[in-house]
Amino acid sequence: MNTVPIISVRNLTKAFGSFTAVDAISFDVAPGEIFGFLGANGAGKTTAMKMLCGLLSPTSGEARVAGFDLATQTEDVKRRIGYMSQKFSLYEDLTVEENIRFYGGIYGLTLAEIRRKTAELAADLGLVEEMQKLVRSLPLGWKQKIAFSVALLHDPAIVFLDEPTGGVDPVTRRQFWDLIYAAAHRGVTLFVTTHYMDEAEYCHRVSIMVDGAIKALDTPHALRKRFGASSMDDVFTLLARGAQRSAD
Amino acid sequence: MKQLYTFVRKEFLHVLRDKKTLLILFGLPVVQILIFGFALTNEVKHASVFIRDEAHDDASRALMERIDASQVFDVVQSGPANLDLIIPSGFAHDLSHGGRATVQIITDASDPNRATTLSTYLTAIIADHQLALSELQGIPYLIRTTTRFTYNPQLKGAPNFVPGVMALVLMLVCVMMTSISIVREKELGTMEILLVSPFRPLMVIVAKVIPYLLLSVVNIISILLLSVFVLGLPINGSIPLLFSMSILFIITSLALGVLVSTIAATQQVAMLVSMMGMLLPTLLFSGFMFPIENMPLPLQLISNAIPAKWYYNIVKAVMIKGLGMDAIMKEAIILFGMALLLTAISVKRFKVRLA
Amino acid sequence: MRTLFFLLQKEFRQIFRDRIILAMILILPTMQLILLPLAANYEVRHIGVSIVDHDRSVASQQLLRKITATDYFNLVRYTNSYPDAFTLIESNQTDVILEIPEGFERGLVRENEQTLFISTNAINGVKANIGAAYLNRIIMDFNADLRTELLSDAKGHVQPLIDVRTIDKFNPHLLYHVFMVPGILALLLTMISVYLSALNIVKEKELGTIEQINVTPITRLQFISGKLIPFWLLGFVTLTIGLLVARFVYGIVPEGNIALIYLFSGVYLTAVLGLGLLISTVAETQQQAMFVAFFFMMIFIMMGGLFTSIESMPQWAQWLTYLNPVRYIIEVMRLVILKGAGFSEIRFHFLVITGMAIILNSWAVLKYRKMA
Repeated sequence: MNTVPIISVRNLTKAFGSFTAVDAISFDVAPGEIFGFLGANGAGKTTAMKMLCGLLSPTSGEARVAGFDLATQTEDVKRRIGYMSQKFSLYEDLTVEENIRFYGGIYGLTLAEIRRKTAELAADLGLVEEMQKLVRSLPLGWKQKIAFSVALLHDPAIVFLDEPTGGVDPVTRRQFWDLIYAAAHRGVTLFVTTHYMDEAEYCHRVSIMVDGAIKALDTPHALRKRFGASSMDDVFTLLARGAQRSAD
Repeated sequence: MKQLYTFVRKEFLHVLRDKKTLLILFGLPVVQILIFGFALTNEVKHASVFIRDEAHDDASRALMERIDASQVFDVVQSGPANLDLIIPSGFAHDLSHGGRATVQIITDASDPNRATTLSTYLTAIIADHQLALSELQGIPYLIRTTTRFTYNPQLKGAPNFVPGVMALVLMLVCVMMTSISIVREKELGTMEILLVSPFRPLMVIVAKVIPYLLLSVVNIISILLLSVFVLGLPINGSIPLLFSMSILFIITSLALGVLVSTIAATQQVAMLVSMMGMLLPTLLFSGFMFPIENMPLPLQLISNAIPAKWYYNIVKAVMIKGLGMDAIMKEAIILFGMALLLTAISVKRFKVRLA
Repeated sequence: MRTLFFLLQKEFRQIFRDRIILAMILILPTMQLILLPLAANYEVRHIGVSIVDHDRSVASQQLLRKITATDYFNLVRYTNSYPDAFTLIESNQTDVILEIPEGFERGLVRENEQTLFISTNAINGVKANIGAAYLNRIIMDFNADLRTELLSDAKGHVQPLIDVRTIDKFNPHLLYHVFMVPGILALLLTMISVYLSALNIVKEKELGTIEQINVTPITRLQFISGKLIPFWLLGFVTLTIGLLVARFVYGIVPEGNIALIYLFSGVYLTAVLGLGLLISTVAETQQQAMFVAFFFMMIFIMMGGLFTSIESMPQWAQWLTYLNPVRYIIEVMRLVILKGAGFSEIRFHFLVITGMAIILNSWAVLKYRKMA
């Protein structure tokens, strides 16, 4: 890597009793990358991501995220990152605008900035009329897009996305990735987990986790070549054939 | 049948896995019995009486001695007391010459219950004293009384509250747990999956309800064991009858639980309705904490609609009084009718609302 | 501080959108305060009495009339068969039987004394005791009247009569609700606060919104404060409604300083909300939170001195009640509202509850982990 990595992980491990969910993974992510974190369900992707977000404490290993040490400067890390969880976690009983106001405020945005961002978000997502509606009343695809935008409110250096396109239709998925590209274009680093192998093609580099360990890490192109596969799907099948775990 | 068994098994696993809740479900009756049995009582013991003796004569001293000798009162020399008694000067003189002397009791009636109880007891002691004086003087035409306290000669608290705790605990477990369990599935969305499956709605209800039925039976057993061995309260009547009536009440409560689940959209509401709509009325109107005959008429009528009231009377009759089926026929029929009615309504509503 | 502002804004928005919570804070207390004191009455009145009269004399008739003249007793059956009357005890239709033996009147005149038999259903021991005491009192009065009648020309036989006058301080008319209402208000305040705060954090846990919070730079103290403050403020709303109901429905006007009530309630609310929040941080599901909260509440209420008095408890139980926050607020409510107590009388209560507030809330903050 030519520049200082924005995420730097060394031997990060998470064990729950005798079960090792994440097994001494090490990797770097460059600033501005769209980094895909692939693997089957149960491979340990979400666990790894939660550690990087400061939601789960590692059993051992080190990481630096957005310029801070994960273990000792966790709250500083949190200021610089955004997160979109697998399970939708905005407030369903608040309106879109109220959710934005809340999270914007928490991250320290001024009221003027919040207003500006709200208008931007409404325009970008084409949701101007929906801003005053309770989130609970919106279809899943819109909810996901809003959650993503909220994660970006405070201009974080990195945004972590856990299965962001789970359960939405292909058109919405496509639109979502447009949003991801737009963010990357602005210089945001995106760390995306997914079990949709075709989405791997959209990433700059991809790592594939099997049974808690990283079995491969490279650009999609290089991986396909290395494994003599025509698609990421095939790459994955080859790697995952020996996998023991199958459910998160 | 095999399907039902699988279903019931799953429900059991749900219940058994939630250790904290389980602990409380089993611990609740135990704690209640222990508290009621050893800590709570409406009895008066060691109440303090401050006697201002302005007479300083034999008669007043005799009265004071009698009061001090009683178990209920401790005479104190000064300071705030539960009761004040003023014996005016010339007490002995009034008694022997005019036949009539007056004493004054001053109570702290901010707790009117305690005040009346205390003043009633003190008045009774004074009346006893009066009687003793009469006998001493050979007064004619004396009416004495002997009092027999049936069912509970030692005036223990247990015969009153053990049946009450039974009604309360069963009601609580069955209504709350059942309604919450069903609503939880509704909230999580897994209910739809169940209903789309080949299971008939009735089977869903039955499966949900069986673990709590068994839990309730365990609770009854533990309450009875505690009551017999720890509180020393025996079961005077037929145990099979007690159990069969209890199962009837359990079914009624379970039906209520299902009914609540058809009304509540979220767990929060289910809990609220169970607590306020079921538990509180049971506490108030079953007759276990407060005597029903003191309540205004409309409330007395409401009390008749509470299944717990009938069950409470049945338990008292069978367990304490040792009576048989013929004595509780009326209550049993009413309870049976309630069980039937509630089961019918709740199943019907369940099919309509959820299925 | 800014963060707290946004937190509170969100919390309040959520609360006001939740009709259930609003119902709980506003409607429920009102209903309960009106209903409960009506039902919660320990007075021993309208006791069902059956009289088994083997004598059927003028005297026994007089006694009968005297007994039924009061509203302490309701005559259920007048019979000459004891088994007949006893079935009424069995079926709960009567609580007391008075048996007048054959030849009562004659025996009283000839032999100078007679014995009457009282039999009571003593399952409720206190009720039975008091009922028996009332009956004895009436019989004694009757005895005195009878004696006066029989001895209408006598001079020597002066029966000693001790007349008892009773003055009831603080509540001269012995209105039971005067006693119950402040206590029930205290109880409601407690139940609502613990319930709402216990469920709140768990709900976020169950829904998953807590994860989004944990990933932000919010501090634990900010988060817990954000949960505490709204319910604290709403507690005052409930308190005010309660005091208004007490005033306008029951005519209870506080003897003491209302400000003192509010002041103490402020500290008290902090303490019980802290308990609820603590429960909320350790419970995994709403169901658990609810049950744990209920368990504590039940014990607190039972041993709080509202339904049974603390002074009647055995010593060890009385010591335990010092750990029970409900005991303190019930006492304070009564002391201030009914007896007009001032700050100095409730200094101890303030101290203890402040201590509890600090301990419970700190514990909740420490228990809450943003990183699992």
